Amino acid sequence: MSSIEPTPAFSADTLEVVHSLIKRYPEGKQKSALLPILHLAQAEFGGWLSAPTMDYVATILNIQAIEVYEVASFYSMYNLKPVGKCLIELCHTAPCWLRGAEDIAAHLEKKLNIQFGETTPDGMFTLKRVECLGSCGTAPMFQCGATFYEDLTTDKVDTILTDLRTANVQSSYVDSDTFRRN
Amino acid sequence: MGKKLLLEHLHVPGIQTLQVYREKGGYKSVEKALKEMTPDAIVEEVKKSGLRGRGGAGFPTGMKWSFLAKPEGKARYLVCNADESEPGTFKDRFLMEKIPHALIEGMITSSVALGANTAYIYVRGEYFYVIKILEKAIAEAYAAGWLGQNILGTGYNLDLYVQAGAGAYICGEETALLESLEGKRGNPRMKPPFPAIAGLYACPTVVNNVETIAAVVPIVNMGGDEYAKIGVGKSTGTKLISAGGNINKPGVYEIDLGITVEEFLYSDEYCGGIANGKKLKACIPGGSSVPIVPGHLLLNNIAGEKRLMTYESLSDGGFVSGSMLGSGGFFVYDEDASIPYSLYTLARFYHHESCGQCSPCREGTGWLERILKRMVIDGQGKLADIDLLAEVAKKIEGNTICPLGDAAAWPVAAAIRHFRHEFEWYVNNPNEVAKIKNGKLNKPIPHPLYEMV
Repeated sequence: MSSIEPTPAFSADTLEVVHSLIKRYPEGKQKSALLPILHLAQAEFGGWLSAPTMDYVATILNIQAIEVYEVASFYSMYNLKPVGKCLIELCHTAPCWLRGAEDIAAHLEKKLNIQFGETTPDGMFTLKRVECLGSCGTAPMFQCGATFYEDLTTDKVDTILTDLRTANVQSSYVDSDTFRRN
Repeated sequence: MGKKLLLEHLHVPGIQTLQVYREKGGYKSVEKALKEMTPDAIVEEVKKSGLRGRGGAGFPTGMKWSFLAKPEGKARYLVCNADESEPGTFKDRFLMEKIPHALIEGMITSSVALGANTAYIYVRGEYFYVIKILEKAIAEAYAAGWLGQNILGTGYNLDLYVQAGAGAYICGEETALLESLEGKRGNPRMKPPFPAIAGLYACPTVVNNVETIAAVVPIVNMGGDEYAKIGVGKSTGTKLISAGGNINKPGVYEIDLGITVEEFLYSDEYCGGIANGKKLKACIPGGSSVPIVPGHLLLNNIAGEKRLMTYESLSDGGFVSGSMLGSGGFFVYDEDASIPYSLYTLARFYHHESCGQCSPCREGTGWLERILKRMVIDGQGKLADIDLLAEVAKKIEGNTICPLGDAAAWPVAAAIRHFRHEFEWYVNNPNEVAKIKNGKLNKPIPHPLYEMV
């Protein structure tokens, strides 16, 4: 895909992680590293995967760009559009619902004055509904980056939102220490 | 209270670290497997143990291992399924987070048995903080010589890697998981060939659940026969149960297979009874894909005998009056929980998670979600919709490449079978539907046939 945007490039440190990941698979099977590398790309390039970012990942793995697009569009953790600094992913499947997830959903919408699927005008928060995150025993819960916020109450949500706003960092699932360098 | 085999040292400070794990007897099974046993002998012990897959299907693990093809010159792989995404299930996450070396030790011992020199742990992407814990533990194991080249000087080599998923329930299906591990969309493969013949990179592969692999450690340590003494009939050993929903003590519990459901639900050692002094309406005992059962059929089977926490007892009565142990995702509905609303959330789940390969599943799950939405959210359901739901579910079941279609269909059939009156209530009371807040009924809908327990 042609683009007028500059080609993104991983930092030297991330590139080291990328090459270490590729070595985890047999010769010629480097495509196996696609999912973890897309996570790294999303974390490094603003919390979402633009077409130039995906094209760049394709060149690193020496695969077709379409092979990256079809994967990026399949899995729910890859954002194909920009998101706010803090992507709040609230679980709403039956076990969480039984323990009050919809009360938390309503509170989040009221507090941030946006609907699910929207981003606050200051670009700070995006609300997203997600399916079971395996936190049924500590429901209701949401995830922001790699952190699980569990046993939520409306009061607890207020505190978390304040803390996230103060910290003011782009939420991401991975950082430079997530993957062991083999 | 039985002996804990997986969670015995759960509360030991520092059990996440290799040092403390070793002090508590960790990695003994690796020494035994490499120095005292042949690979075939390990497989034999696992067969004798009666261990059944803990991911949900309950297939005998030893038998699965014995299917592994061993052609000359071809790599064999062990892949751990840590894609735990079945709603109601969170035991694998708990085990990996609290005692990561239990899984790593199991991976090494199992790899020895299968003759694998490379193994992967495929963890769902949402669990990245767990991935970090596992990566750290694996680094410790490499540094101490439990992984890598020439382990314990025996000439055996093993590399173990964590693979991150990226949000797709379907990747818990073993062939979809392998596709995903190859860097593709998680579309399940047509079978045969089974992974035991052509799995990862078309090589012979065994895919086992986290808890299954962790259970290999006590089996090798104590012997298959000893392990098989725990439990009842073909449900041997211990099982991690994820308890959630409207109970007093949600959490992960290791039980001896064979305790009564009543004990599990009401004793303080486990769930501690229904929360807020409410009555028990229903339960999904094995993850969202298994049939929901009303309270009285949860505690006793149709003949009035006490139901046990075993594969056989929970499925006693088939889909008419029973359910399944499944993944052990046990979640409980109190008297105020709306069964149709719950079903709506599950239909939405399966629609979202359908990979889209097979039309009956891709389209059918969408139908289910839309019909339920108009009934329980919009208050515009018709009586004919109830039969339409059952009909659509029936047309999905058995008509898809993988079991996701069945998993979407079964809960519909069971919810309508046992709670048809609640669906009728939604249809007959459209004005009331608008008043229901967040799917919680203000008062229970009386059941025409039986009292809640």
